[in-house]
Amino acid sequence: MSSKYQKAKVIQNIELSEGIYKMTIDGDYSEDKAGQFYMLRSWGIEPFLSRPISIHDANSEGITFLYEVVGEGTRLFSELRNGDYLELLGPLGNGFDTEKISGKVAIVTGGIGIAPMGLVVKQLENCEIDFYAGFRDKDYAIDYIENHVKETHISSDSGAKGHKGFIIEIFDPTGYDYVLSCGPTPLMKRVAAACNEKGVKSFLSLESHMACGVGACLGCTCDTKSGKQRVCKEGPVFSGEEVLTDA
Amino acid sequence: MLSVDICGVKLKNPVITASGTFGFGEEYNDYYDVSKLGAISSKGLTINPKAGNDGIRLHEVTGGLINSIGLQNPGIKEFIANEYPKMKKLGTVTLANLGGATIEDYVNGMKLLNETDIELIELNISCPNVKSGGMAFGIQCGPAYDVVKEIKSVSNKPVIVKLSPNAENIVDVAVKCVEAGADGISLVNTFKAMAIDINTKKPVFKNVFAGLSGPGIKPIALRMVYEVAAAVNVPIIGMGGIMNWKDAIEFIMAGADAIQVGSANFIKPDVAIEIIDGIEEYMRREGIKSLTEIKGIAHK
Repeated sequence: MSSKYQKAKVIQNIELSEGIYKMTIDGDYSEDKAGQFYMLRSWGIEPFLSRPISIHDANSEGITFLYEVVGEGTRLFSELRNGDYLELLGPLGNGFDTEKISGKVAIVTGGIGIAPMGLVVKQLENCEIDFYAGFRDKDYAIDYIENHVKETHISSDSGAKGHKGFIIEIFDPTGYDYVLSCGPTPLMKRVAAACNEKGVKSFLSLESHMACGVGACLGCTCDTKSGKQRVCKEGPVFSGEEVLTDA
Repeated sequence: MLSVDICGVKLKNPVITASGTFGFGEEYNDYYDVSKLGAISSKGLTINPKAGNDGIRLHEVTGGLINSIGLQNPGIKEFIANEYPKMKKLGTVTLANLGGATIEDYVNGMKLLNETDIELIELNISCPNVKSGGMAFGIQCGPAYDVVKEIKSVSNKPVIVKLSPNAENIVDVAVKCVEAGADGISLVNTFKAMAIDINTKKPVFKNVFAGLSGPGIKPIALRMVYEVAAAVNVPIIGMGGIMNWKDAIEFIMAGADAIQVGSANFIKPDVAIEIIDGIEEYMRREGIKSLTEIKGIAHK
Protein backbone atom coordinates (compact mmCIF):
# COMPACT_ATOMS: atom_id res chain seq x y z
CA MET A 1 0.00 0.00 0.00
CA SER A 2 3.02 2.25 -0.01
CA SER A 3 2.86 5.25 -2.30
CA LYS A 4 5.30 5.40 -5.19
CA TYR A 5 6.48 7.76 -7.90
CA GLN A 6 6.86 5.95 -11.19
CA LYS A 7 6.49 6.04 -14.91
CA ALA A 8 4.12 3.56 -16.50
CA LYS A 9 2.70 2.73 -19.88
CA VAL A 10 -0.75 3.56 -21.19
CA ILE A 11 -2.43 0.38 -22.43
CA GLN A 12 -5.82 1.83 -23.28
CA ASN A 13 -7.31 5.32 -23.55
CA ILE A 14 -10.77 5.49 -25.04
CA GLU A 15 -13.54 8.07 -25.19
CA LEU A 16 -16.64 6.60 -23.54
CA SER A 17 -18.90 9.54 -24.12
CA GLU A 18 -18.31 13.11 -25.25
CA GLY A 19 -15.33 14.41 -23.23
CA ILE A 20 -15.31 11.38 -20.91
CA TYR A 21 -12.31 9.07 -21.18
CA LYS A 22 -11.27 5.79 -19.65
CA MET A 23 -7.52 5.23 -19.48
CA THR A 24 -5.74 2.11 -18.29
CA ILE A 25 -2.10 2.05 -17.20
CA ASP A 26 0.09 -1.02 -17.01
CA GLY A 27 1.29 -2.39 -13.65
CA ASP A 28 0.23 -4.10 -10.45
CA TYR A 29 -2.18 -1.96 -8.48
CA SER A 30 -3.97 -4.72 -6.58
CA GLU A 31 -3.19 -3.15 -3.19
CA ASP A 32 -4.88 0.17 -3.96
CA LYS A 33 -7.95 1.18 -2.00
CA ALA A 34 -11.20 2.44 -3.47
CA GLY A 35 -11.42 6.21 -3.10
CA GLN A 36 -7.68 6.80 -3.27
CA PHE A 37 -6.18 8.87 -6.08
CA TYR A 38 -3.01 9.51 -8.04
CA MET A 39 -1.26 12.69 -9.14
CA LEU A 40 -0.80 12.23 -12.88
CA ARG A 41 1.20 14.10 -15.51
CA SER A 42 2.21 13.39 -19.06
CA TRP A 43 3.97 16.65 -19.90
CA GLY A 44 6.95 18.82 -18.93
CA ILE A 45 6.40 21.94 -16.86
CA GLU A 46 3.34 23.39 -18.59
CA PRO A 47 0.72 23.09 -17.21
CA PHE A 48 2.64 23.44 -13.98
CA LEU A 49 0.85 21.09 -11.63
CA SER A 50 0.05 17.39 -11.90
CA ARG A 51 -3.61 16.42 -11.87
CA PRO A 52 -5.27 14.52 -9.03
CA ILE A 53 -7.39 11.73 -10.57
CA SER A 54 -9.25 9.09 -8.56
CA ILE A 55 -8.90 5.37 -9.12
CA HIS A 56 -11.77 3.93 -11.15
CA ASP A 57 -10.52 0.37 -11.13
CA ALA A 58 -7.32 -1.35 -10.08
CA ASN A 59 -6.01 -4.89 -10.12
CA SER A 60 -2.80 -6.84 -10.60
CA GLU A 61 -2.71 -6.01 -14.30
CA GLY A 62 -3.37 -2.32 -14.37
CA ILE A 63 -5.12 0.76 -13.08
CA THR A 64 -7.99 2.56 -14.77
CA PHE A 65 -8.83 6.23 -14.50
CA LEU A 66 -12.14 7.65 -15.64
CA TYR A 67 -11.78 11.36 -16.34
CA GLU A 68 -13.54 14.26 -17.94
CA VAL A 69 -11.70 16.74 -20.14
CA VAL A 70 -12.12 20.02 -18.27
CA GLY A 71 -8.84 21.85 -18.85
CA GLU A 72 -5.42 21.64 -20.40
CA GLY A 73 -4.14 18.76 -18.22
CA THR A 74 -7.05 16.43 -18.90
CA ARG A 75 -6.97 17.45 -22.57
CA LEU A 76 -3.35 16.28 -22.73
CA PHE A 77 -4.35 13.00 -21.05
CA SER A 78 -7.00 12.49 -23.74
CA GLU A 79 -4.30 12.64 -26.41
CA LEU A 80 -2.24 9.80 -24.93
CA ARG A 81 -1.97 6.71 -27.11
CA ASN A 82 -1.24 3.11 -26.22
CA GLY A 83 2.43 2.77 -25.38
CA ASP A 84 2.82 6.41 -24.22
CA TYR A 85 4.21 6.95 -20.74
CA LEU A 86 2.59 8.71 -17.85
CA GLU A 87 4.07 9.74 -14.49
CA LEU A 88 2.09 8.50 -11.51
CA LEU A 89 2.43 9.50 -7.87
CA GLY A 90 0.34 7.40 -5.55
CA PRO A 91 -1.83 5.84 -4.36
CA LEU A 92 -2.66 8.89 -2.24
CA GLY A 93 -5.29 9.77 0.34
CA ASN A 94 -7.33 7.68 2.73
CA GLY A 95 -9.94 6.13 0.43
CA PHE A 96 -13.24 4.66 1.57
CA ASP A 97 -12.97 2.45 4.63
CA THR A 98 -14.60 -0.43 2.77
CA GLU A 99 -13.85 -2.93 5.52
CA LYS A 100 -16.06 -1.08 7.95
CA ILE A 101 -18.94 -0.51 5.53
CA SER A 102 -21.58 -3.23 5.57
CA GLY A 103 -25.26 -3.94 5.09
CA LYS A 104 -27.45 -1.91 2.80
CA VAL A 105 -25.49 0.79 0.98
CA ALA A 106 -26.55 3.61 -1.34
CA ILE A 107 -24.06 5.28 -3.65
CA VAL A 108 -25.02 8.68 -5.03
CA THR A 109 -22.95 10.30 -7.78
CA GLY A 110 -23.15 13.30 -10.04
CA GLY A 111 -21.35 13.40 -13.37
CA ILE A 112 -17.71 12.33 -13.28
CA GLY A 113 -18.15 11.72 -9.52
CA ILE A 114 -19.01 8.20 -10.63
CA ALA A 115 -15.26 7.63 -11.22
CA PRO A 116 -14.13 6.39 -7.78
CA MET A 117 -17.19 4.17 -7.42
CA GLY A 118 -15.98 1.61 -9.96
CA LEU A 119 -13.56 0.16 -7.44
CA VAL A 120 -15.88 0.89 -4.50
CA VAL A 121 -18.60 -1.46 -5.77
CA LYS A 122 -16.00 -4.19 -6.26
CA GLN A 123 -14.52 -3.75 -2.79
CA LEU A 124 -18.00 -3.75 -1.20
CA GLU A 125 -18.84 -7.22 -2.48
CA ASN A 126 -20.64 -8.24 0.67
CA CYS A 127 -22.94 -5.24 0.73
CA GLU A 128 -26.31 -4.80 -0.91
CA ILE A 129 -25.78 -1.71 -3.05
CA ASP A 130 -28.26 0.62 -4.73
CA PHE A 131 -26.60 3.00 -7.15
CA TYR A 132 -27.96 6.48 -7.93
CA ALA A 133 -26.11 8.17 -10.79
CA GLY A 134 -26.88 11.59 -12.19
CA PHE A 135 -25.58 12.79 -15.54
CA ARG A 136 -25.84 16.00 -17.57
CA ASP A 137 -26.89 14.12 -20.67
CA LYS A 138 -25.78 10.64 -21.77
CA ASP A 139 -24.74 8.13 -19.13
CA TYR A 140 -21.32 6.45 -18.97
CA ALA A 141 -19.46 3.79 -16.96
CA ILE A 142 -22.74 2.59 -15.50
CA ASP A 143 -22.75 -0.68 -17.47
CA TYR A 144 -19.62 -1.70 -15.57
CA ILE A 145 -21.09 -0.78 -12.21
CA GLU A 146 -24.45 -2.46 -12.84
CA ASN A 147 -22.85 -5.90 -12.58
CA HIS A 148 -21.91 -5.26 -8.96
CA VAL A 149 -25.05 -3.61 -7.58
CA LYS A 150 -28.65 -4.54 -6.85
CA GLU A 151 -30.55 -1.55 -8.22
CA THR A 152 -29.51 1.25 -10.52
CA HIS A 153 -31.28 4.61 -10.69
CA ILE A 154 -30.29 7.15 -13.29
CA SER A 155 -31.13 10.78 -13.86
CA SER A 156 -30.06 13.27 -16.49
CA ASP A 157 -30.41 17.04 -16.68
CA SER A 158 -31.42 16.74 -20.33
CA GLY A 159 -33.78 13.81 -19.88
CA ALA A 160 -31.65 11.64 -22.18
CA LYS A 161 -31.93 8.77 -19.71
CA GLY A 162 -33.90 8.04 -16.56
CA HIS A 163 -35.38 10.73 -14.34
CA LYS A 164 -35.24 14.20 -15.91
CA GLY A 165 -33.63 16.41 -13.30
CA PHE A 166 -31.15 15.97 -10.45
CA ILE A 167 -30.35 12.61 -8.89
CA ILE A 168 -30.96 13.98 -5.38
CA GLU A 169 -34.65 14.36 -6.31
CA ILE A 170 -35.05 10.57 -6.49
CA PHE A 171 -32.81 9.68 -3.55
CA ASP A 172 -33.96 9.05 0.02
CA PRO A 173 -31.47 7.74 2.60
CA THR A 174 -34.16 6.00 4.67
CA GLY A 175 -33.42 2.32 5.15
CA TYR A 176 -29.72 2.45 4.23
CA ASP A 177 -26.91 1.65 6.64
CA TYR A 178 -24.34 3.71 4.72
CA VAL A 179 -24.44 6.28 1.94
CA LEU A 180 -21.40 7.11 -0.19
CA SER A 181 -21.32 10.09 -2.50
CA CYS A 182 -19.07 11.85 -4.97
CA GLY A 183 -19.94 14.63 -7.36
CA PRO A 184 -20.53 18.38 -7.45
CA THR A 185 -20.38 20.05 -4.03
CA PRO A 186 -24.07 21.12 -4.03
CA LEU A 187 -25.08 17.47 -4.56
CA MET A 188 -22.82 16.16 -1.79
CA LYS A 189 -24.09 18.87 0.57
CA ARG A 190 -27.66 17.77 -0.03
CA VAL A 191 -26.76 14.09 0.34
CA ALA A 192 -24.97 14.77 3.63
CA ALA A 193 -27.80 16.94 4.94
CA ALA A 194 -30.42 14.29 4.09
CA CYS A 195 -28.31 11.56 5.71
CA ASN A 196 -27.56 13.58 8.82
CA GLU A 197 -31.26 14.34 9.24
CA LYS A 198 -32.18 10.64 9.04
CA GLY A 199 -29.21 9.51 11.15
CA VAL A 200 -27.63 7.56 8.28
CA LYS A 201 -23.84 7.46 8.11
CA SER A 202 -22.47 9.07 4.97
CA PHE A 203 -19.04 9.35 3.38
CA LEU A 204 -18.21 11.97 0.79
CA SER A 205 -15.27 12.02 -1.59
CA LEU A 206 -14.15 15.63 -1.98
CA GLU A 207 -12.31 17.26 -4.84
CA SER A 208 -9.77 20.06 -4.64
CA HIS A 209 -7.01 21.71 -6.59
CA MET A 210 -3.75 20.25 -5.34
CA ALA A 211 -0.07 21.05 -5.72
CA CYS A 212 1.92 18.33 -3.91
CA GLY A 213 -0.75 15.66 -3.34
CA VAL A 214 1.20 14.27 -0.38
CA GLY A 215 0.21 16.57 2.47
CA ALA A 216 3.15 18.95 2.36
CA CYS A 217 1.90 22.18 0.81
CA LEU A 218 -1.45 22.65 2.61
CA GLY A 219 -2.98 23.97 -0.61
CA CYS A 220 -6.00 21.67 -0.67
CA THR A 221 -7.42 22.04 2.82
CA CYS A 222 -11.16 21.97 3.47
CA ASP A 223 -13.16 23.08 6.50
CA THR A 224 -14.25 20.30 8.80
CA LYS A 225 -15.81 20.26 12.26
CA SER A 226 -12.33 19.53 13.60
CA GLY A 227 -10.67 22.41 11.77
CA LYS A 228 -8.94 22.56 8.43
CA GLN A 229 -7.93 19.20 7.01
CA ARG A 230 -5.97 18.23 3.94
CA VAL A 231 -8.14 16.76 1.17
CA CYS A 232 -5.07 14.89 -0.12
CA LYS A 233 -4.07 13.34 3.21
CA GLU A 234 -6.90 13.16 5.77
CA GLY A 235 -9.27 12.89 2.77
CA PRO A 236 -10.39 12.83 0.06
CA VAL A 237 -13.08 10.79 1.84
CA PHE A 238 -14.69 12.50 4.83
CA SER A 239 -17.69 11.72 7.00
CA GLY A 240 -20.81 13.65 5.98
CA GLU A 241 -21.09 14.75 9.60
CA GLU A 242 -17.68 16.44 9.38
CA VAL A 243 -17.68 18.39 6.09
CA LEU A 244 -19.99 20.49 3.90
CA THR A 245 -22.33 20.93 6.84
CA ASP A 246 -23.04 24.64 6.41
CA ALA A 247 -25.74 23.99 3.79
CA MET B 1 32.94 17.70 -2.86
CA LEU B 2 29.39 19.01 -2.56
CA SER B 3 29.47 20.04 1.07
CA VAL B 4 28.99 23.69 2.00
CA ASP B 5 29.31 25.68 5.19
CA ILE B 6 26.34 27.85 6.05
CA CYS B 7 26.95 30.06 9.09
CA GLY B 8 29.17 27.42 10.69
CA VAL B 9 26.79 24.55 9.97
CA LYS B 10 28.02 21.95 7.54
CA LEU B 11 25.51 20.82 4.90
CA LYS B 12 26.37 17.66 2.94
CA ASN B 13 25.31 19.45 -0.22
CA PRO B 14 23.89 22.86 -1.15
CA VAL B 15 20.33 21.68 -1.86
CA ILE B 16 17.66 22.62 0.68
CA THR B 17 13.93 22.08 0.29
CA ALA B 18 12.07 25.35 0.68
CA SER B 19 9.69 26.26 3.46
CA GLY B 20 6.04 25.59 2.73
CA THR B 21 6.68 23.13 -0.06
CA PHE B 22 8.00 20.22 1.95
CA GLY B 23 5.93 20.12 5.13
CA PHE B 24 8.15 18.87 7.95
CA GLY B 25 9.94 16.52 5.60
CA GLU B 26 8.37 13.18 6.34
CA GLU B 27 5.75 13.48 3.58
CA TYR B 28 8.47 13.03 0.98
CA ASN B 29 10.38 10.31 2.78
CA ASP B 30 8.08 7.76 1.06
CA TYR B 31 9.55 8.71 -2.30
CA TYR B 32 13.24 9.02 -1.56
CA ASP B 33 15.70 9.06 1.27
CA VAL B 34 15.43 12.68 2.42
CA SER B 35 18.60 12.29 4.50
CA LYS B 36 20.36 12.93 1.18
CA LEU B 37 19.22 16.55 1.26
CA GLY B 38 21.54 19.33 2.35
CA ALA B 39 18.79 20.56 4.67
CA ILE B 40 15.04 20.97 5.03
CA SER B 41 13.43 24.31 5.81
CA SER B 42 10.33 23.71 7.91
CA LYS B 43 6.88 25.00 7.15
CA GLY B 44 6.66 28.59 8.45
CA LEU B 45 6.19 28.54 12.22
CA THR B 46 4.46 31.05 14.46
CA ILE B 47 4.23 31.32 18.23
CA ASN B 48 0.53 30.42 18.18
CA PRO B 49 -1.09 27.80 15.91
CA LYS B 50 -2.54 29.24 12.69
CA ALA B 51 -5.41 27.75 10.70
CA GLY B 52 -4.27 29.48 7.54
CA ASN B 53 -6.36 31.26 4.96
CA ASP B 54 -9.92 30.51 3.91
CA GLY B 55 -11.03 30.16 0.33
CA ILE B 56 -8.97 29.10 -2.63
CA ARG B 57 -5.31 28.58 -1.73
CA LEU B 58 -3.76 27.58 -5.04
CA HIS B 59 -4.04 28.97 -8.52
CA GLU B 60 -2.02 27.62 -11.40
CA VAL B 61 -0.65 30.13 -13.90
CA THR B 62 1.69 29.98 -16.87
CA GLY B 63 5.16 29.52 -15.44
CA GLY B 64 4.17 28.51 -11.94
CA LEU B 65 1.52 28.90 -9.30
CA ILE B 66 0.12 31.47 -6.92
CA ASN B 67 -0.50 30.40 -3.35
CA SER B 68 -2.36 31.81 -0.41
CA ILE B 69 -1.78 29.25 2.32
CA GLY B 70 -1.44 31.82 5.09
CA LEU B 71 1.20 30.20 7.33
CA GLN B 72 -1.02 27.33 8.49
CA ASN B 73 1.03 25.64 11.20
CA PRO B 74 0.57 23.91 14.54
CA GLY B 75 2.44 26.57 16.53
CA ILE B 76 6.02 26.40 17.75
CA LYS B 77 5.27 24.48 20.98
CA GLU B 78 3.50 21.72 19.08
CA PHE B 79 6.25 21.74 16.44
CA ILE B 80 8.92 21.25 19.09
CA ALA B 81 6.94 18.56 20.93
CA ASN B 82 5.75 16.49 17.98
CA GLU B 83 7.12 17.51 14.60
CA TYR B 84 10.74 18.38 15.22
CA PRO B 85 11.61 15.03 16.88
CA LYS B 86 10.42 13.29 13.68
CA MET B 87 12.19 15.83 11.49
CA LYS B 88 15.43 15.32 13.35
CA LYS B 89 15.29 11.59 12.68
CA LEU B 90 15.25 12.29 8.94
CA GLY B 91 19.00 12.64 9.12
CA THR B 92 19.57 16.07 7.63
CA VAL B 93 19.94 19.64 8.87
CA THR B 94 16.80 21.50 9.94
CA LEU B 95 16.10 25.15 9.29
CA ALA B 96 13.26 26.32 11.50
CA ASN B 97 11.38 28.91 9.46
CA LEU B 98 10.17 31.50 11.97
CA GLY B 99 7.30 33.87 11.12
CA GLY B 100 5.38 36.41 13.15
CA ALA B 101 2.99 39.32 13.11
CA THR B 102 4.77 41.41 15.76
CA ILE B 103 8.33 41.66 17.05
CA GLU B 104 7.07 40.17 20.30
CA ASP B 105 5.76 37.11 18.41
CA TYR B 106 9.09 36.62 16.71
CA VAL B 107 11.04 36.99 19.93
CA ASN B 108 8.79 34.62 21.88
CA GLY B 109 9.03 32.08 19.07
CA MET B 110 12.80 32.44 19.01
CA LYS B 111 13.06 31.88 22.75
CA LEU B 112 11.26 28.55 22.40
CA LEU B 113 13.45 27.51 19.47
CA ASN B 114 16.54 28.36 21.54
CA GLU B 115 15.64 25.44 23.80
CA THR B 116 16.07 22.94 20.95
CA ASP B 117 19.10 21.64 19.06
CA ILE B 118 17.74 22.92 15.72
CA GLU B 119 20.77 24.01 13.70
CA LEU B 120 19.60 27.10 11.82
CA ILE B 121 16.86 29.70 11.96
CA GLU B 122 15.35 31.08 8.78
CA LEU B 123 13.70 34.31 9.81
CA ASN B 124 10.71 34.81 7.55
CA ILE B 125 10.10 38.53 7.08
CA SER B 126 8.63 37.95 3.67
CA CYS B 127 5.38 35.97 3.72
CA PRO B 128 2.95 37.89 1.51
CA ASN B 129 -0.07 35.92 2.68
CA VAL B 130 -0.63 37.10 6.22
CA LYS B 131 -2.08 40.51 6.92
CA SER B 132 0.11 42.81 8.99
CA GLY B 133 2.62 40.05 9.40
CA GLY B 134 5.74 38.69 7.93
CA MET B 135 6.17 40.69 4.78
CA ALA B 136 5.46 44.01 6.52
CA PHE B 137 8.90 43.64 8.12
CA GLY B 138 10.60 42.78 4.88
CA ILE B 139 9.45 45.67 2.70
CA GLN B 140 11.32 48.52 4.32
CA CYS B 141 14.76 48.80 5.86
CA GLY B 142 13.68 50.19 9.25
CA PRO B 143 11.28 47.40 10.31
CA ALA B 144 13.63 44.76 8.84
CA TYR B 145 16.54 46.12 10.88
CA ASP B 146 14.45 46.24 14.07
CA VAL B 147 13.16 42.68 13.91
CA VAL B 148 16.54 41.21 13.01
CA LYS B 149 18.24 43.18 15.80
CA GLU B 150 15.71 41.96 18.38
CA ILE B 151 15.93 38.35 17.22
CA LYS B 152 19.72 38.40 17.20
CA SER B 153 19.73 39.74 20.76
CA VAL B 154 17.90 36.62 21.99
CA SER B 155 18.92 33.91 19.53
CA ASN B 156 21.58 31.37 20.40
CA LYS B 157 21.54 30.06 16.83
CA PRO B 158 22.65 31.44 13.48
CA VAL B 159 19.86 33.50 11.92
CA ILE B 160 19.34 33.53 8.17
CA VAL B 161 16.91 36.24 7.11
CA LYS B 162 14.54 35.32 4.28
CA LEU B 163 13.90 38.36 2.12
CA SER B 164 10.91 39.40 0.10
CA PRO B 165 11.24 40.29 -3.58
CA ASN B 166 8.49 42.80 -2.85
CA ALA B 167 10.88 44.95 -0.81
CA GLU B 168 11.15 48.59 -1.84
CA ASN B 169 14.83 47.90 -2.43
CA ILE B 170 15.92 44.37 -1.68
CA VAL B 171 19.62 45.23 -1.68
CA ASP B 172 19.12 47.94 0.94
CA VAL B 173 17.02 45.60 3.08
CA ALA B 174 19.71 42.91 2.82
CA VAL B 175 22.41 45.37 3.88
CA LYS B 176 20.32 46.55 6.84
CA CYS B 177 19.65 42.97 7.95
CA VAL B 178 23.37 42.24 7.94
CA GLU B 179 24.02 45.46 9.86
CA ALA B 180 21.48 44.25 12.43
CA GLY B 181 23.47 41.05 12.80
CA ALA B 182 21.95 38.60 10.28
CA ASP B 183 24.28 35.62 9.92
CA GLY B 184 22.99 34.82 6.45
CA ILE B 185 20.44 35.87 3.86
CA SER B 186 18.01 33.71 1.94
CA LEU B 187 16.10 35.05 -1.05
CA VAL B 188 13.60 35.25 -2.56
CA ASN B 189 10.20 34.47 -1.08
CA THR B 190 7.20 34.64 -3.44
CA PHE B 191 6.22 37.64 -5.51
CA LYS B 192 3.04 39.47 -4.61
CA ALA B 193 0.60 38.58 -7.38
CA MET B 194 -3.07 38.09 -8.13
CA ALA B 195 -5.56 36.42 -10.42
CA ILE B 196 -9.13 37.31 -11.35
CA ASP B 197 -11.93 34.82 -12.00
CA ILE B 198 -13.59 36.07 -15.17
CA ASN B 199 -16.80 34.17 -14.39
CA THR B 200 -17.39 35.60 -10.92
CA LYS B 201 -15.60 38.83 -11.97
CA LYS B 202 -13.80 38.82 -8.63
CA PRO B 203 -10.24 38.18 -7.44
CA VAL B 204 -9.55 34.46 -7.13
CA PHE B 205 -8.09 34.83 -3.64
CA LYS B 206 -9.98 36.04 -0.57
CA ASN B 207 -6.94 38.14 0.37
CA VAL B 208 -6.87 39.45 -3.22
CA PHE B 209 -3.06 39.21 -3.35
CA ALA B 210 -1.07 36.01 -3.02
CA GLY B 211 2.45 34.71 -3.67
CA LEU B 212 3.77 33.69 -7.09
CA SER B 213 6.43 31.02 -7.37
CA GLY B 214 7.75 28.73 -10.06
CA PRO B 215 10.01 28.97 -13.09
CA GLY B 216 8.40 32.25 -14.22
CA ILE B 217 10.11 34.13 -11.37
CA LYS B 218 13.55 32.58 -11.83
CA PRO B 219 15.26 35.28 -13.92
CA ILE B 220 14.14 38.01 -11.51
CA ALA B 221 15.09 35.99 -8.43
CA LEU B 222 18.48 35.30 -9.98
CA ARG B 223 19.04 39.01 -10.62
CA MET B 224 18.15 39.78 -6.98
CA VAL B 225 20.56 37.14 -5.66
CA TYR B 226 23.27 38.56 -7.94
CA GLU B 227 22.68 42.10 -6.64
CA VAL B 228 22.46 41.12 -2.98
CA ALA B 229 25.57 38.94 -3.25
CA ALA B 230 27.50 41.96 -4.48
CA ALA B 231 26.39 44.01 -1.48
CA VAL B 232 26.73 41.73 1.55
CA ASN B 233 29.41 39.48 2.93
CA VAL B 234 27.44 36.70 4.64
CA PRO B 235 26.32 33.29 3.32
CA ILE B 236 23.49 33.48 0.82
CA ILE B 237 20.84 30.89 0.10
CA GLY B 238 19.34 31.53 -3.31
CA MET B 239 15.92 30.44 -4.50
CA GLY B 240 13.09 31.32 -6.84
CA GLY B 241 11.86 29.01 -9.57
CA ILE B 242 14.74 26.55 -9.51
CA MET B 243 13.55 23.57 -11.55
CA ASN B 244 16.77 21.64 -12.27
CA TRP B 245 20.51 21.48 -11.60
CA LYS B 246 21.32 24.05 -14.27
CA ASP B 247 19.14 26.61 -12.54
CA ALA B 248 20.86 25.73 -9.25
CA ILE B 249 24.32 26.30 -10.75
CA GLU B 250 23.20 29.68 -12.08
CA PHE B 251 22.19 30.78 -8.56
CA ILE B 252 25.54 29.61 -7.19
CA MET B 253 27.36 31.52 -9.92
CA ALA B 254 25.28 34.58 -9.02
CA GLY B 255 26.65 34.35 -5.49
CA ALA B 256 24.62 31.79 -3.56
CA ASP B 257 26.35 29.38 -1.14
CA ALA B 258 23.34 27.07 -1.18
CA ILE B 259 20.00 26.96 -2.94
CA GLN B 260 16.42 26.04 -2.11
CA VAL B 261 13.99 24.06 -4.20
CA GLY B 262 10.33 24.91 -3.74
CA SER B 263 7.57 24.55 -6.29
CA ALA B 264 9.63 22.08 -8.31
CA ASN B 265 8.97 19.51 -5.55
CA PHE B 266 5.36 19.48 -6.77
CA ILE B 267 6.36 18.67 -10.33
CA LYS B 268 8.71 15.86 -9.52
CA PRO B 269 8.81 14.70 -5.91
CA ASP B 270 12.45 13.62 -6.13
CA VAL B 271 13.65 16.68 -8.05
CA ALA B 272 15.99 17.71 -5.22
CA ILE B 273 17.94 14.47 -5.65
CA GLU B 274 18.20 15.04 -9.40
CA ILE B 275 19.55 18.51 -8.67
CA ILE B 276 22.15 17.18 -6.21
CA ASP B 277 23.27 14.54 -8.73
CA GLY B 278 23.29 17.06 -11.57
CA ILE B 279 25.47 19.52 -9.65
CA GLU B 280 27.90 16.75 -8.77
CA GLU B 281 28.16 15.58 -12.36
CA TYR B 282 28.70 19.14 -13.57
CA MET B 283 31.50 19.64 -11.03
CA ARG B 284 33.22 16.44 -12.17
CA ARG B 285 32.93 17.41 -15.79
CA GLU B 286 34.31 20.88 -15.15
CA GLY B 287 36.98 19.71 -12.72
CA ILE B 288 35.52 21.75 -9.87
CA LYS B 289 36.59 20.52 -6.44
CA SER B 290 34.51 22.81 -4.24
CA LEU B 291 31.49 24.98 -4.90
CA THR B 292 33.42 27.93 -3.46
CA GLU B 293 35.33 27.90 -6.78
CA ILE B 294 32.23 28.92 -8.69
CA LYS B 295 30.29 30.83 -6.03
CA GLY B 296 29.71 34.30 -7.42
CA ILE B 297 31.93 33.58 -10.41
CA ALA B 298 29.56 35.49 -12.70
CA HIS B 299 30.61 38.70 -10.95
CA LYS B 300 34.21 38.33 -12.06
